[in-house]
Amino acid sequence: MADTKIIVNCETGEVSEVELTAEEVAQREADAVAYAKAKADEEQAAAEKAEAKAAIAERLGLTDAELALLLA
Amino acid sequence: MANTYVKIGSTVNVGLLGAATISFSSIPATYTDLKVVLSVRSDRISADQDSLLVSFNGSTSNFTNKSLEGGTVTTVSSFSSARFLGSINDTNNTASVFSSVELYVPNYASSSFKSFSTDSAMENNSNFYYLDLTAGLWSDTSAITSITFTTGASRNFVQYSTASLYGILKN
Repeated sequence: MADTKIIVNCETGEVSEVELTAEEVAQREADAVAYAKAKADEEQAAAEKAEAKAAIAERLGLTDAELALLLA
Repeated sequence: MANTYVKIGSTVNVGLLGAATISFSSIPATYTDLKVVLSVRSDRISADQDSLLVSFNGSTSNFTNKSLEGGTVTTVSSFSSARFLGSINDTNNTASVFSSVELYVPNYASSSFKSFSTDSAMENNSNFYYLDLTAGLWSDTSAITSITFTTGASRNFVQYSTASLYGILKN
């Protein structure tokens, strides 16, 4: 079963449910790939930031609790 | 008393097979502001949440936003799109729980750039949930005549998801 879109025509009040066009399906697939990559990039950036923060805390001789207290 | 808060068109009720997008088209320019109230859930299965994205007049460009996200997660903010309106429940969350999202678009028919804001809650019976406040801008001078919602992961909105559009009229 093909994916559909629901459209409310606010002039007429009519609600229609139609199948996505080939172009819309292709765009949707491209969007999904882009979303997954963006999410992965964000998670990698967050992990690198956490790693850098931990390294600084270690250099300063701070525990996680002490670091959290300082940053609160 | 003036009728200042009017439902426009019909409420969308997603059926058994789900829906890839939800759109309101041919929106009349007769109101001052627009408000959309959504109760949605995604059928995404590969992660702990999906997100809700918006587009105006079919455009997915010229959007910017800033979001404040809270929840019992270590990452405070993580957004993959400038069209982000909030994190929403998916298949990995508590069954039958839907996310509540309110989108407000002031002066939607003006010839200025369009600002918008959202307040969303992704509830879940665990320590994994998100609450989002978003302030966005669509840098386009066209009057908004259509609004479309999709999920960030390009998944489907599940059955019983709903969306209603309201026109707010300055009294």
